[in-house]
Amino acid sequence: MHIDAIQNGIVIDHIQAGKCMELYHFLRLEELDCSVAILRNVNSAKMGRKDIIKIDSVLDMDLGVLGYIDPGITISIIQDGQRVKKFHPELPERITNVITCKNPRCITTVEQEIPHIFQLTDRERRIYRCIYCESEAKK
Amino acid sequence: MRNLIDITDLSVSEIDELIATACDIIAHPEKYQDACRRKKLATLFFEPSTRTRLSFEAAMLELGGSVLGFSEASSSSASKGESVSDTVRVVGCYADIIAMRHPKEGAPMVAAMHSPVPIINAGDGGHNHPTQTLTDLLTIHREKGRFDYLTVGLCGDLKFGRTVHSLIHALSRYTGIHFVLISPEELRLPTYLIHDVLDKKQLSYEETQDLEAVMPKLDILYMTRVQRERFFNEADYIRLKDSYILTLDKLKHAKQDLCILHPLPRVNEIATSVDADPRACYFKQAQNGKYIRMALILKLLEVESHAY
Repeated sequence: MHIDAIQNGIVIDHIQAGKCMELYHFLRLEELDCSVAILRNVNSAKMGRKDIIKIDSVLDMDLGVLGYIDPGITISIIQDGQRVKKFHPELPERITNVITCKNPRCITTVEQEIPHIFQLTDRERRIYRCIYCESEAKK
Repeated sequence: MRNLIDITDLSVSEIDELIATACDIIAHPEKYQDACRRKKLATLFFEPSTRTRLSFEAAMLELGGSVLGFSEASSSSASKGESVSDTVRVVGCYADIIAMRHPKEGAPMVAAMHSPVPIINAGDGGHNHPTQTLTDLLTIHREKGRFDYLTVGLCGDLKFGRTVHSLIHALSRYTGIHFVLISPEELRLPTYLIHDVLDKKQLSYEETQDLEAVMPKLDILYMTRVQRERFFNEADYIRLKDSYILTLDKLKHAKQDLCILHPLPRVNEIATSVDADPRACYFKQAQNGKYIRMALILKLLEVESHAY
């Protein structure tokens, strides 16, 4: 299978196999006009199988939150056909409206307009807590 | 503008300052009788409460202020579907400070994000109850004269007991505290408190189901009620509600200067025969609640000391 290399854009690599559509929808890539390549179940020496997303456009988006969704991913920024930056997204301090609080006693369960905000409380154990009720985030 | 949502919103020195003010109020109540003249406290109680609401109202009245509000959600616009944020925006037009109790956890934080006046969390579900903690701290201060090097037994519903959660947060900032967590298996302290507070701060603690076995070592025994309103399953409540009943007999091997606390209301977890024991401090604790809330209202309204 041949996928054209992108000129200016973003490559999200080392996505856990089967997770690319979750990222696709989260980043709302379906709303873009540019070319977006989704590669599923690609052979990987490190992971066995992996997914890849290539976006042929320079986007102004918060990629940090991807570190919460899939901590193993690698992000490459491509300019003029060359990779100019490669990084693993850090766990963001706060994530907003990515997950919802599962505590039935939380105020967010009855007031729909309140943003679901989670704060990183333990980086080592990757624990986020709802800022309202302090319940641990569950994906 | 300051709010009090969680006890850790206050530094240790701010808590010391509130306790000092409360002690001065107790010693010289006449100094403070007009400190909040023409100020209004709104008590927004979306969940029934007797002592907390009356304690707030008595506190404001003794400061020379006025009170308004409601005591159950059905008599507020919440019953028409109004959001917490809209309610406090409106009430903030009429009152100078708001004390809010809500069955949903985090509701006072949402209120604080939108309110034009200070918000005091008067209890949010099974989550936090910081003014009860201030009350507990004032009582410990008056009975023990210190906050460090105490063995503190917390007994009963440690899972949903918000007063216990807030008290652990507060006491975790002092030196030499040993927590004894006494509860049935199903009502153990939530793991997040064990991990994020006790373990993270390397605090000394033990868990047990046997109150009598640990009684001799306790300096403070904090009893709690198993709260029917926190259970989704009535059968679980019935099974667990009488897990611990403190009697004079069980106090036989307790220290003579043990301080027995309870946030009240009591159902039957402390036998009424214990009330006459000098170690029973829970009614003094209820009285202290008014004084510490007076001190808190003064602080959050930024009433200058020359006003009283």
